[in-house]
Amino acid sequence: MKQLTGENKRNIWGYVFIAPFFITFIIFNLYPIFYTFQLSLQRWDGFHQAQSVGSANWKRLFQDETFLLTLCNTLRIWLVDFIPQLGTALFLAMIFTFGRIRGMGILRAIYYLPNLITAASIGLLFNLLLNGDKAPINQLLTGMHVPGAPFAFFKNGLLAQLIASYILWWMWFGYTTVIVMAGVTSIDPCLYEAAELDGATKAQTFLRITLPLIRPTMIYLTITSIIGGMQIFDVPSTLTNISGDPQKALLTSSMYVYNQGFKNNSFGYASALSVALFLLIAGFSFISLKTLKKRETTYQ
Amino acid sequence: MKYYISKVLTAFLLLCLLIISIVPFYLVMVNSTYDSVKIVTQLNLLPGLSGWKNYKALQQHTNIWLGFRNSLLITAPFVLLSGYFGALTAFGFAKYEFKAKRILFSIVLASLMLPTQLSIIGFYFLNLKLGLINTFWPFIIPGIANASAVFFLHGMIQQSVPDSMMEAARMEGCTEFRIFNQIVMPCIIPGIATISIFNFVSSWNNYMGPLIILSEAKKFTMPILIATIKGVYLSNYGAMYMAIFISIIPIILIYSVLSRYIIHGLTIGAEK
Repeated sequence: MKQLTGENKRNIWGYVFIAPFFITFIIFNLYPIFYTFQLSLQRWDGFHQAQSVGSANWKRLFQDETFLLTLCNTLRIWLVDFIPQLGTALFLAMIFTFGRIRGMGILRAIYYLPNLITAASIGLLFNLLLNGDKAPINQLLTGMHVPGAPFAFFKNGLLAQLIASYILWWMWFGYTTVIVMAGVTSIDPCLYEAAELDGATKAQTFLRITLPLIRPTMIYLTITSIIGGMQIFDVPSTLTNISGDPQKALLTSSMYVYNQGFKNNSFGYASALSVALFLLIAGFSFISLKTLKKRETTYQ
Repeated sequence: MKYYISKVLTAFLLLCLLIISIVPFYLVMVNSTYDSVKIVTQLNLLPGLSGWKNYKALQQHTNIWLGFRNSLLITAPFVLLSGYFGALTAFGFAKYEFKAKRILFSIVLASLMLPTQLSIIGFYFLNLKLGLINTFWPFIIPGIANASAVFFLHGMIQQSVPDSMMEAARMEGCTEFRIFNQIVMPCIIPGIATISIFNFVSSWNNYMGPLIILSEAKKFTMPILIATIKGVYLSNYGAMYMAIFISIIPIILIYSVLSRYIIHGLTIGAEK
């Protein structure tokens, strides 16, 4: 009995050790979120007294065509980045795991490198490399006699979005490859041996064994990518100096929140936009979790 | 025959991806050594001689090393706080039994999924109220609550710190706090090193936070400095390439030494 109270007393230390984390978490993470929620029901320019306006911000939001446009931009940039990214990663993971490629470690390390570089530098870098007829990439393409070169990459909205997707793909395919490979190598090799004995082709093995078994990895990648993708900010904003041009094609929802808040001083409306995005991200994550999980049960 | 074709095709694709990954960095490096006229009139594939001139031109309007220093002044304390308090929090969760443990730990896990950029308005006004605008504190203090460090080190402490070792220390009269500092910490230094690399990169690359909190030019961090540089130099491409080059070279150097640990650290995080 005495020992039990001694141990109980000792377990108080658990609370003591985690306390700094939670105090900081409440102040710097939770409070900003609650404050943003609260501000979404107010009108405030940041200087004068904030006014409560009920649901006015939300009524405005549902009629705001620019917000809708930024959502479409964000989704399009994200999808055109994410689907090729998964494809590249699956392809690379397959040949790296089963192909016995010499120099695999170095290749993988180099593919991952762009992910570590500051997005601000990458935005400016691609702007310099692509923008203008005499930009290095255009000179390279003209030199190779690519039809249509030099390209006006930042004049056409659709082309500019493709560039943004490409940059994001370039930054993330190496990371996704590493994660998919971790999933693939965790599969029991016995399963492959059994499949080979049964005379399965490589494609069959991939579709029937590898893909279903790395489903948790795919779910993880999809959800984290939705969360990150819906908040795309750094690359399109440094690519375009936060303007989002041409024709607002590179204006993402996060940039719109930033502009409404810190450029227009409409902090209430910017907060409502944030909350709407927050709910959309939660919704999309939930839906993709449900659909990916459901498929899992039909497989078994 | 078919076997060889697929081999060659695979090698070709791998090579293409390799070129795609490297070429932008290479072009930046090369162009940072040419003057603007040469950059816009020809394609440069080998290093030139104007590197020093570009550096001088860059230094005229921007003190890039000040940006470097500012980034370091934020990143170093952030990494240390994340490592220490991440380990302390993980230790509290891994080695003690208390009532609210499960719910609190799931809060830590859930916070990993929080879309943090969406609370920037609240974050800005919090720091305004605390008088922290134009200081580095808003990027340093949150290191105490770094959920990914807690998550990463929690598993490590469970695996590599045996309870018997802690019991033995208690017999000798060690306090719980000393057990953490002198027994647990040394055991998990490799894990702290791995998570510190990732914390370093994420803090060094942070763009949106400093963009809203820092408005004085002499407080600008590296990413902010780079983002503003286009407006400052307009058509001095050589100087801009030089700025990008200086901003990416530390990460490339660190990575060339530590890439193995970084890739390994990534997979550990993914397996859990």
